Amino acid sequence: MQPEILLATFYVLILAAFLGYQVISRVPSLLHTPLMSATNAISGISLVGSLVTAGAHQTMVSSILGLCAVICSTTNVVSGFILTDRMLKMFKRRVAPPSKEEK
Amino acid sequence: MEPRTLFTELSYIVASVLFILGLRGLSHPESARRGMHLAEIGMLLAIIGTLVNREIVSYEWILAGLVIGCAIGLPMGLMVPMTAMPQRTALSHAFGALAASLVGISEYYLHGAALGPIKMPALSFEVLLGSLTTTGSLIACAKLQGVLPGAPLTYKGQNVFNLSLLGITVICFVLLLIFPGHAEVFYLMLFLSFVFGVLLVLPIGAADMPVVIALLNSYAGLAAAATGMVIGNNVLIIAGMLDGGSGFILSIVMCKAMNRSITNVLFGAFGSVSETAAAGTGEMHETNIEDVAILLAYARQAVFVPGYGMATAQAQHVLRQLADALEARGVTVKYAIHPVAGRMPGHMNVLLAEANVPYSQLQELDIINPEFPATDVAVVIGANDVVNPDARDNPKSIIAGMPILEVDRAKTVVVLKRGQGKGFSGLVNPLFFKPNCEMLYGDAKESLTNLVQAVHGA
Repeated sequence: MQPEILLATFYVLILAAFLGYQVISRVPSLLHTPLMSATNAISGISLVGSLVTAGAHQTMVSSILGLCAVICSTTNVVSGFILTDRMLKMFKRRVAPPSKEEK
Repeated sequence: MEPRTLFTELSYIVASVLFILGLRGLSHPESARRGMHLAEIGMLLAIIGTLVNREIVSYEWILAGLVIGCAIGLPMGLMVPMTAMPQRTALSHAFGALAASLVGISEYYLHGAALGPIKMPALSFEVLLGSLTTTGSLIACAKLQGVLPGAPLTYKGQNVFNLSLLGITVICFVLLLIFPGHAEVFYLMLFLSFVFGVLLVLPIGAADMPVVIALLNSYAGLAAAATGMVIGNNVLIIAGMLDGGSGFILSIVMCKAMNRSITNVLFGAFGSVSETAAAGTGEMHETNIEDVAILLAYARQAVFVPGYGMATAQAQHVLRQLADALEARGVTVKYAIHPVAGRMPGHMNVLLAEANVPYSQLQELDIINPEFPATDVAVVIGANDVVNPDARDNPKSIIAGMPILEVDRAKTVVVLKRGQGKGFSGLVNPLFFKPNCEMLYGDAKESLTNLVQAVHGA
């Protein structure tokens, strides 16, 4: 790796950390559980790394490791996004008046 | 630049922007869902962008992985009950960290010493953090699920042993930087990291899990970011840092809410402490359903304080029914949410939202505390430490300084509790002995169900 590329990578790293801090400190504690599952789903982006490892087909070992990695990250992406949405759907400002049928 | 590579890079840039916008949406419940849809589109774009990558020569393994991953992920996403969110979150940290770790192992296996002096530290870091997070999260998950006992597992010299193990792991890390070609050092470090993850979480009690989960979240994110550095992929670095940063912020929030430091949580083995600085004295007053129902029915304001006990009893829906019945009688109902109530950040909010409680009724610590003196009845449902007045009044208490919900300032406090036993932390709660506190023993769900009927009859 060239030193310039390394420097650019570091830029990205530091800026992302800074941006993450700014964005996430604005999330209210009300939504901390969905936040966790959302960031989990998003960090399932390691899927792109796993895909290359699995698909580059260099050796059997690396393909199997890649396969396992793809399974893990896909599970996270799929279940993470579904669960986040399920949770966020439940947060309502005001509820419809309770049904009277129970009475 | 080849058009394919250009497409891949562009998809990554767009994905990064969409991820950030998605998380920004989470700053308000109204915009949150739309934000997450943006993030989903970003994810899809990044995956498509990767699949056209020229390094990929065969798609069988990929397809198999995607299919199996969906086969596990779909039912998990659709069927996991909200009460199981803490353990499922811990499990997903394990998956995420394992993926990062596996990619790292594969990279080392393929390139070894050829990785060079810049990639090697990132790779070692990734594998070390990824592996310890994998096993650590699995243990956390097992504790939350009840497969392992929730109480801290401690033995003499534990901290010394764990720290020396960590020390050896770090020595391996340093050795690898100097002699990157020594595969045996790499695999030893890998093995030690797995073991260390187990040992790190075993001594931590279930009540401290909110901090641990947040911390493991942070580690999983950092491992992903390190993967990005190794394979030179910016979107991975960005997403990983967002995840890592979020976990880090959450652990700080949780630690502040308990007035403890992260080191104290990790090495303090809280909950094994049996000392009682100022044991409560006097008698507890037991009450019954009818009296509580009358108290609630004729109150002007009632505040519910849910804790982990509400989650285990799955009592959130019937609590909502009780609140409905009270509101129909003109009682103002609010819910007081402590940041560490439950087993993960925001746990109570999600459960109550599931029961259709509007989020405007969920009040945080500093908003609700000034309201307690004007509250007629505060009902504590399966919470203990977060309402322990010792934290405020007794500087010698081990939870001294922890911000609490000051329910003892309400005119009457009703505590729904399973039995007379101590809470999880083993601390005596002086609240229970105060003259304005009444105890209602029994399963929370059952008691609440009976209360709903009694209130209707009142």
